[in-house]
Amino acid sequence: MSPLSLSLTILVMGLITYSIRLSLILLLDRLDIPPLVQRGLKYVPPAVLSAIIFPELFRPQGALDVSWGNARLLAGVVATLVAWRTRNVLWTIAAGMAVFWLLSALLASH
Amino acid sequence: MPPSPRSELFAGIKAELPIALGVIPFGMIYGVLAVAAGLPPLLAQAMSAIVFAGSAQFIGVQLFAAATPAGIIWLTTFIVNLRHLLYSASLAPYLRALPPRWKWLLAYLLTDEAYVTAILHYNDPRAVSPHKHWFFLGAGLALWGFWQASTAVGIFLGAQVPSSWALDFTLALTFIGLVVPALTSWPPIAAAVTAGVVALLTPDLPYKSGLMLAAIAGIAAGLLTERRP
Repeated sequence: MSPLSLSLTILVMGLITYSIRLSLILLLDRLDIPPLVQRGLKYVPPAVLSAIIFPELFRPQGALDVSWGNARLLAGVVATLVAWRTRNVLWTIAAGMAVFWLLSALLASH
Repeated sequence: MPPSPRSELFAGIKAELPIALGVIPFGMIYGVLAVAAGLPPLLAQAMSAIVFAGSAQFIGVQLFAAATPAGIIWLTTFIVNLRHLLYSASLAPYLRALPPRWKWLLAYLLTDEAYVTAILHYNDPRAVSPHKHWFFLGAGLALWGFWQASTAVGIFLGAQVPSSWALDFTLALTFIGLVVPALTSWPPIAAAVTAGVVALLTPDLPYKSGLMLAAIAGIAAGLLTERRP
């Protein structure tokens, strides 16, 4: 692609993203949100984030991998426990990466 | 002392600092990938400012490298970012009373990470404040700054960041750190587990459209497990 058409493509990507983000903030201004939807929206954070997290842990290479060889899954389980105990994002990332690097090194040496 | 706009702004910035540890490596990898995909450095940086959505940018540069037609790239962007529709709906009640310029600005800053920190703050019964949009602004601006800076570092370093470090994994860990402490009762746990399992069961849908399906299943599970005697 030429720099011009690349720029245009990126610009439209930005417009699409921005429109999605802005859409319901503006639309729901005029509409009353039904109580069921309002209750359902409480579950957006756990639902969306888990839908991102689970495939990262269970399918790091694309196929389901529930084995001791899946370092991301084991690191993710440890990170979940640390997040639960400490409620701290920094410790969660640090513990998860430490376990991941350790397991990767162990798996590579075998 | 009641919170002022200023104190809310700084609290929002502070809330993003630990999250930056997960986001900075991700931004660096984006910069590395963008240059490797043949994107000119200036455009790679511009994309971080214009699109400002990590996963769409990742997929976007891969599609650029594969010379994908623009229409497909736009469709993919739309589907990958459709989850922001849920964020937009979820924040709408809190932003209702704000002047339009605030809505337009905060919508631009509405990323996964800014959304989660902002909504946790809005829902926190201990934090009583009429200025919570300033917290959202602080969180959004901080994240924006980290994203632009880490993109620049990635572009500059290029292939010097070894892929064996698996720095992309920090983002999933960040999300774990954000979601797990919020699982304080059964309905959100049901929402999280259901969405995760459905996401695993729908691997072959194109353009990550399984994500929306999984999110909606999770929300339904949360609602169904509510109010049980």
